[in-house]
Amino acid sequence: MTLIDLANPTRFLSLTTRLLPWLAAATAILLLIGLYQSAMAPDDYQQGATVKIMFIHVPNAWLSMFVWGVMSLSALGTLVWRHPLADVAAKAAAPIGAAFTFLALVTGSLWGRPMWGTYWEWDARLTSVLILFLMYLGLIALWRAVEDPSRAARAAAILTLVGAINLPIIKFSVDWWNTLHQPASVMRVGGSTLDRAFLIPLLVMAVAFSLLFITLHLAAMRNEILRRRVRALQMMQVAQASQRPA
Amino acid sequence: MRLSGRDIRCVRGGREVFAALDFEASSGEALAITGPNGAGKTSLLRLIAGLLTVAAGSISLEGGEAELSLPEQTHYLGHRDALKPALSVSENLTFWRDFLGGETSDPAASLAAVGLDHAARLPAAYLSAGQRRRLSVARLLAVRRPVWLLDEPTNALDTSGQSLFAGLMQDHLAHGGLIVAATHAPLGLPARELRIGGAS
Amino acid sequence: MTALAALIRRDIRIALRVGGGALIGVLFFLTVVVLMPFAVGPDLALLTRLGPAILWLGALLASLLTLDRLFMADHEDGSLDLIVMSRTPLELTCAAKALAHWLAAGLPLVIATPVLGLLLNLDATATSAVALTLFVGTPALTFTGMIGAALAVTLHRGGLLLAVLVLPLSIPVLIFGVAASEAAITGPLTFGAPFSILCALSLISFVVGPFAAAASLRQGLD
Repeated sequence: MTLIDLANPTRFLSLTTRLLPWLAAATAILLLIGLYQSAMAPDDYQQGATVKIMFIHVPNAWLSMFVWGVMSLSALGTLVWRHPLADVAAKAAAPIGAAFTFLALVTGSLWGRPMWGTYWEWDARLTSVLILFLMYLGLIALWRAVEDPSRAARAAAILTLVGAINLPIIKFSVDWWNTLHQPASVMRVGGSTLDRAFLIPLLVMAVAFSLLFITLHLAAMRNEILRRRVRALQMMQVAQASQRPA
Repeated sequence: MRLSGRDIRCVRGGREVFAALDFEASSGEALAITGPNGAGKTSLLRLIAGLLTVAAGSISLEGGEAELSLPEQTHYLGHRDALKPALSVSENLTFWRDFLGGETSDPAASLAAVGLDHAARLPAAYLSAGQRRRLSVARLLAVRRPVWLLDEPTNALDTSGQSLFAGLMQDHLAHGGLIVAATHAPLGLPARELRIGGAS
Repeated sequence: MTALAALIRRDIRIALRVGGGALIGVLFFLTVVVLMPFAVGPDLALLTRLGPAILWLGALLASLLTLDRLFMADHEDGSLDLIVMSRTPLELTCAAKALAHWLAAGLPLVIATPVLGLLLNLDATATSAVALTLFVGTPALTFTGMIGAALAVTLHRGGLLLAVLVLPLSIPVLIFGVAASEAAITGPLTFGAPFSILCALSLISFVVGPFAAAASLRQGLD
């Protein structure tokens, strides 16, 4: 199985038909294990049981950035290699990425509630994620604005790449803006200081959510391919019938 | 029913397009407006439709429904086809049927009459230029209006579309309608000619 | 009535389908509100105090942004000619179009307000006060904005000209909308007085808007 084989949408469809049930099952099992381990993890001596939101929040936040990476690769595939599945992958990833980003925001805000006393604090990390969310929504709006997917694909690819270059700049600016106003960082979950009892469930959850993304992404790509076929068939139907004498 | 204009003068953008123009058409009659580009063929149609105002003179319809104005008894088929690409073919037609109101007929039958029944549920965005024109013509059939104002009606229609439309126009005339068409090409039915603008 | 119902149904359908701009307005609203803290700083106390003003400005700009297409789309494809010629009075048609536009583009702004209130650290009372004033006030923005949209379409200009025409007209709505919201949060005024005036402004716009828009459409046709 090479990349060339995958390039054929029909092969892609038959491959994913076989693959998807296994992926879905693996995702479900890992999620169950991860959730069980998260529930069993000890409470934090400062934050109490609230710390367990981390097991959902961190994988979502990680995926919110990872999905943009996937879209950037797909954008390169659209613009440079003209891979026929690249823009399907990019289009299918955007709503999923937006959903992960939204979940990261919601869980972050729920986590912040007992710590800050408010649901929202203009904390550097949360704010960056919020901007990422806005960029996802903008991208989805761009996909929705143009009816012809191949025309929308190039515009979306350019926007995705510009976003990929801009995201670090935005992150840096927000950090600077935030420290300017409030020197003390509110939330600090350093990776190295994390205890093993937290680290293992977190890793399991991260893998589980990554699998969830792959499953959803492949399923969404299938839908998009089928949707485009329906569209092509409808256009053929319209064109053919006008040949017929009225 | 008699549609007539007396001594009409049309001014657009400070420029006089035509003046002292008279025309007349009765039930069952088609009037073909010919003339060079810029002579004011479209302007005359839009004057009759009430979309422009006359600078002088008058246009009137005798024998129509008394409580309705001339534009309200008129179909205008212009260059632009008044279709929404996001809506399906039948949604487009049903909207105009409901919105224009009055005496209407079944949209499905109108679509069949112009040869678009197979595409009824598909988005209008997929239609070609000729098919869009056919869908606009279906509007004339779905809502009954005695006066048809047609601006280059056969544009974008293929030969089968042109003969189809000629047949529909003849039906309309036979049912007591009247047609005023601005055209370069022959309409495909007997019509009185009104030539406007200078020598060809 | 069938005619107006058909028009409202069509406009909402177009706004919600692919290529329609209904939800872009909400996204714009969200973006404008998110930009504010970057300008004034992340101080929650300050944001709470400015919250109603920020939300109202955001909603005002968002509703202005989507107004551009109110008549322009129908003008470009020739639908406006047929609408003007129809048996339905043009004033009623304009009112129906504005209502459809508000349902598709204005109401979502009101629904989004509680989420944005969270970002600005507004409490439940403040958020519901702002949402209520927006619910009553945004129709006035749409119906007065419609006049500008009608003028812009007859002049074949949209965008910035529309903004320049409409923004001064919406000042009274902004004044009483923000005043009512702040009265509910801090006092010293009572909520009722500015809120009643806001309702009155909306009711006036329901009458003036359609007539002025219809008149400018009739004048400007060519």
